Amino acid sequence: MTKMTLKTEGDRHLVVTRKFAASPEALYRAHTEPKLIQKWMLGPEGWTMPVCVSEANPGGKIRFEWTHEKGGGFYLTGEYMELKPDSKIVHVERMFLPDPTPDNHVETRFDTDGTGTLMTMRMTLPDEKTRAAMLSTRMESGMETSYVRLEGVLQTEASSKQASAP
Amino acid sequence: MATLDVTFAALADPTRRAILARLALGEATVMELVKPFELTQPAISQHLKVLQNAGLITRRVQGTKRPCQLAKEGVTEIDQWLAMLRKALATSYERLDDVLAEMGTKKGRKKK
Repeated sequence: MTKMTLKTEGDRHLVVTRKFAASPEALYRAHTEPKLIQKWMLGPEGWTMPVCVSEANPGGKIRFEWTHEKGGGFYLTGEYMELKPDSKIVHVERMFLPDPTPDNHVETRFDTDGTGTLMTMRMTLPDEKTRAAMLSTRMESGMETSYVRLEGVLQTEASSKQASAP
Repeated sequence: MATLDVTFAALADPTRRAILARLALGEATVMELVKPFELTQPAISQHLKVLQNAGLITRRVQGTKRPCQLAKEGVTEIDQWLAMLRKALATSYERLDDVLAEMGTKKGRKKK
């Protein structure tokens, strides 16, 4: 049920979808409130986000700084463009690794789906060139492995949840 | 080391991406690349030059030939960027599941 998908669309888009067992309102809060963002937007094990700026209003600043427990880190800056409480977030972001990556324009939507929420994140890269770069590496094959692993984790979670449900 | 910009530009061309895909299967000489791509030798050589400048391929000398192979470092540089995105997404969403469950519990609206 909670399977994540990532596919290309047109020349410059990447679309990620994921289902969650929560309301659109909860998803919206988890994507905009710093204290909640810091709990989950951490990527692989070992990372924390000591700095999280999220000014959830049009023109508001975004700054996420990640640090690894073994040292090192990177950050992301961005700006909010449009916010529709509980249903839509539009922002632009770039990562500093330390060189800035090209601007990524992101539209995130939360739509009610049964008892949960379907999240759709649509990324628009500046041009075909940039997206081509993302796709021409072994992204697809590498991701396949991650998905299989993720699927395993989610299935385990789902079955343990079902088992403990009254 | 080539910058990400130069690497992205090199990857922008579909022929060059196809050449990289071919080299992923093993090294090849210019002549071996001319045939499947139906391009002239100078055209292939030009593409190889761009890929080499971007640090995506290396060439060694073997008699009169100069076979090309994928450069591990060039691929790794982009992979780092992609790995960030890939891992950040997959692992973060698992964590978000927990955060959402916690939020639901606090509000007394626990979902099954």
